[in-house]
Amino acid sequence: MSDDVDPSRKRKIRLVVALSVAVLLSVALIYTSFSASTQAKEPSQVLTTAPGTKTEMNGKVVPGSIKQAGTGIKFEVEDRSGGGALPVSYNGSIPDPFRGGREIVLTGAYENGTFVGEPESLITKCPSKFTTNASESASAGSESSGSNG
Amino acid sequence: MASVGHALLALAFFVAAASAVTAVVWRHNDARVTLARRGVYAVWFLLLACIVIIEVSFATNDFDLNIVAEHSSIETPMFYKLAAMWSSQEGSLLLWAFVLSTAASLALYSTRHKLRDIVPWATAVMMAIGSFFIGLMLFAPDVNPFHTLNPAPKDGIGLNPLLQHPSMMIHPPMLYSGYVAWTVPFAFAIGALITRRVDAEWIRATRRFALIAWTFLGFGLLLGARWSYSELGWGGYWAWDPVENAALMPFLLGTAFLHSIMVQEKRGMLKVWNSALIVATFSMCLLGTFLVRSGVLQSIHAFGDDTVGPYLLVVIGIVVIGSTCLLASRLDELRSPKRIDSLLSRESVFLINNLLLVGMTLVIAWGTFFPLISELFTGHKSSLAAPWFDKYTTPLAILLVLFTGIGPLLAWRRVTWASARRVFRIPAAVAVLALVALLAFTDAGNRPWALALFTFAAFAIAGVLQEFYNGAHARQKTSGGNFAGALFAVTARNRRRYGGYIVHIAIAILLIGIAASSSFQTNENVSMKPGETRVVDGREFTYVRPYVKVDSEKYTIGAIVRVSQDGKYLTTLETSRRFFRPTGAAATGLISDYFQGEATSEVGLKTGLIRDIWVTVAPNVQKIQHQLALADKGFKTCVAAGPGTPPQCKDINAMMRAAQANPALAPKALETIEHLQLLSAEKIARQYATSDIAATFKVIINPLVLWMWIGGIVGLIGALIAVWPSRSRRKGAMVRTEADELKEAKYSEIRDAELDHASGKLSDEDYAILDAELRKEAVAILDTVGVGAGTAAPRPGRAGLPSDWEGGEGNGNGNGDGNGHHPDETPNGNGHANGNGNGASHEPADRD
Repeated sequence: MSDDVDPSRKRKIRLVVALSVAVLLSVALIYTSFSASTQAKEPSQVLTTAPGTKTEMNGKVVPGSIKQAGTGIKFEVEDRSGGGALPVSYNGSIPDPFRGGREIVLTGAYENGTFVGEPESLITKCPSKFTTNASESASAGSESSGSNG
Repeated sequence: MASVGHALLALAFFVAAASAVTAVVWRHNDARVTLARRGVYAVWFLLLACIVIIEVSFATNDFDLNIVAEHSSIETPMFYKLAAMWSSQEGSLLLWAFVLSTAASLALYSTRHKLRDIVPWATAVMMAIGSFFIGLMLFAPDVNPFHTLNPAPKDGIGLNPLLQHPSMMIHPPMLYSGYVAWTVPFAFAIGALITRRVDAEWIRATRRFALIAWTFLGFGLLLGARWSYSELGWGGYWAWDPVENAALMPFLLGTAFLHSIMVQEKRGMLKVWNSALIVATFSMCLLGTFLVRSGVLQSIHAFGDDTVGPYLLVVIGIVVIGSTCLLASRLDELRSPKRIDSLLSRESVFLINNLLLVGMTLVIAWGTFFPLISELFTGHKSSLAAPWFDKYTTPLAILLVLFTGIGPLLAWRRVTWASARRVFRIPAAVAVLALVALLAFTDAGNRPWALALFTFAAFAIAGVLQEFYNGAHARQKTSGGNFAGALFAVTARNRRRYGGYIVHIAIAILLIGIAASSSFQTNENVSMKPGETRVVDGREFTYVRPYVKVDSEKYTIGAIVRVSQDGKYLTTLETSRRFFRPTGAAATGLISDYFQGEATSEVGLKTGLIRDIWVTVAPNVQKIQHQLALADKGFKTCVAAGPGTPPQCKDINAMMRAAQANPALAPKALETIEHLQLLSAEKIARQYATSDIAATFKVIINPLVLWMWIGGIVGLIGALIAVWPSRSRRKGAMVRTEADELKEAKYSEIRDAELDHASGKLSDEDYAILDAELRKEAVAILDTVGVGAGTAAPRPGRAGLPSDWEGGEGNGNGNGDGNGHHPDETPNGNGHANGNGNGASHEPADRD
């Protein structure tokens, strides 16, 4: 811009350009977030999902259900409020706090009666901090954590 | 003890609330305002006493207290007993309130002779927030740290093994301090808005707190990342988890605030922006506190029930709505008639950097709260994973690094293209060289984002180093001496500026570490039997042998792994997985218990400047579990002395019967049983150690990740330099009047311009114009406030103004030529004039 442009006009142009860029970026952000997001569902809801739909499943590992299966593991997950047990297979790193009774988040898809988790997508919620329920550790499942067996 | 603690907490609540009310109702009465301030000190003492009681209870295993019973046990090591307080909901709230009272006490002490009209409101805001947190502990369900159990258990549950790491002692308090210290600038900003004192005084009075808060928050984040990387067995340091994001957002906004307040201090601009930023930063701190305690978002971090979440939400609502209304009602006063003179100026770059930081915060906030947003619009909770966050934050971070490099090279107000070309020449050349070298010698070309970041980081580091060189060189020219001495002197005398520059270098280094380790990392899971070798990223990993250790608390199953490359030995790593027996009510007394509790990974880590080699083991424990279960079964039969058991079982059975009849024998009997159980567990362990059972290893080759931590340390050093008080403050000159502050701020601006001129950033022409403007403004300040403020300022005129950028510390006698550091002549030929004051120097103190 040349120097003879009125400064206030110059400022207005800058403002319009900046706002336009901000609006464009916001639209891109909103658009991609809806298209890139993964639906979060509890096991009972996953059972009703169309097979193959990528889903972020949140639930509680059923105590006593963790079994070794080849290089991976199989276990069952139920709704946080109980019920809706869903068989899960997973092959990948297992976080330290993973055990029966723990809440997990796993991304994957429901196929042929089993929820197949994506490798390295298993997240186990750390139960330690701010656990106000003293008996939580007592009720927390019966499996070893993170073992392949 | 518990009842004493409860009473002290209740008293702290009363005093905090009374201080808040007194400060506002009697804000025009000096004695009452002083009383309110002393009330804040009293709250600090009362909360300190509460913490001491809690810590003593932890140290002495006083399981009467619920907090102790739930987060400690007899076996918990003393170090972790003392750190266990803040692993609880109620303990963390107590820490919050205590840190707040500490920050409030320090802030009110340092402003006790200034900001007379703002201080009462700031006191009220800080104590209102303080009483809220203390009130939560007293009145919300299940969060009173002095809640007692009846009957008290004999032993506690213990601290989760995952939290038994040295970082536990320092990471949570750091983050809390980071969150809480932002209350001080927020409270003073609110006070300034209410009293319509919207100049930069509240900023000067609280910027040190802002910098301390920023440092704590940043270091707390870094410690968390390090803890995660070295201990948590997943090999990452950042997961875009809501709780991590909750701490990162106020850090980013705080970074923007620390830069934009300089524009308000120096130019009187961006007042609305700064007020809005501090409100946003503080709101984000409250939001972070809320997120950790509410459970509204899925997170790997811990959540308890949401007993305090709704209360926090109400406070966040009050803070956001109240502050916004207040800000809106003061818009007329906040508008500055000044405009940014040129796009090629430091304030302009600060503005861009602010927009980038705020943009990044908005992106992270959107991604973090997307599950709630999507539920609102679609009825389904959907979440965004790390790649989405990376997609938006990576380009913003790269631009930030670029502007981190550009900012220090530009002077305030305006720079000519010729000057700009001169100062940009070397950093740009270094960046081009780095780019060429990276393309020629590495495969960075395959990762354009990483390549751009490395190039801009080279530019930023070269730019800051050039600043140091130019500053030291200019100093050396005027004062003589060697270069190192000049470098030290120029840094020591311009701590805020050069401390900030060091932080810029640190951020560039840290981002190099992040970019390299995230873009060029190799991460593989491999299964090996003892003696087998697998190749990962050109390195051979050999599972040499397993090992097992057993004690009464845990079963440790480990692996020795040898690493070599092309047959050449590199290192031997030891990694293990520890399985802890549950304690307290969850313990069953069986040895299969070992696999019923928590498990933690011990990482095998070889750290290097070029790369880290990171290994964890996930042993197959199926066989051990089976054998332990069989042993338990056999043991039960033995204790019962059933048919077919060996003769010694009859002895055990007899001992148990005797213990039942005579409880005094019970400890001895239990000890014997536990000893026998341990022997069985050890026998099973030995069998595993000599077996050829395969284990799964997670192997990560992480390039340059060490530089992240080095960057963090460098940043901490830079922040400490920037925040370190000037000599005059250290000598007790905390008692500065506003007039002193205003005068010194202008002096500092003049010196900055002189330094920029001397180091080649400003041309003679630009400098002459700028200097004349600044001196005119300084004279106006001296005219209006100098004499009346009792600072013994000289009569206006050229005399009395600072005349050289390297000017001495306040020399205390008003006699400018008494300082040996002053050259006789300054770059623009001003002489050093005598002040005619009555004992106070009109010379500037350190430019901190």
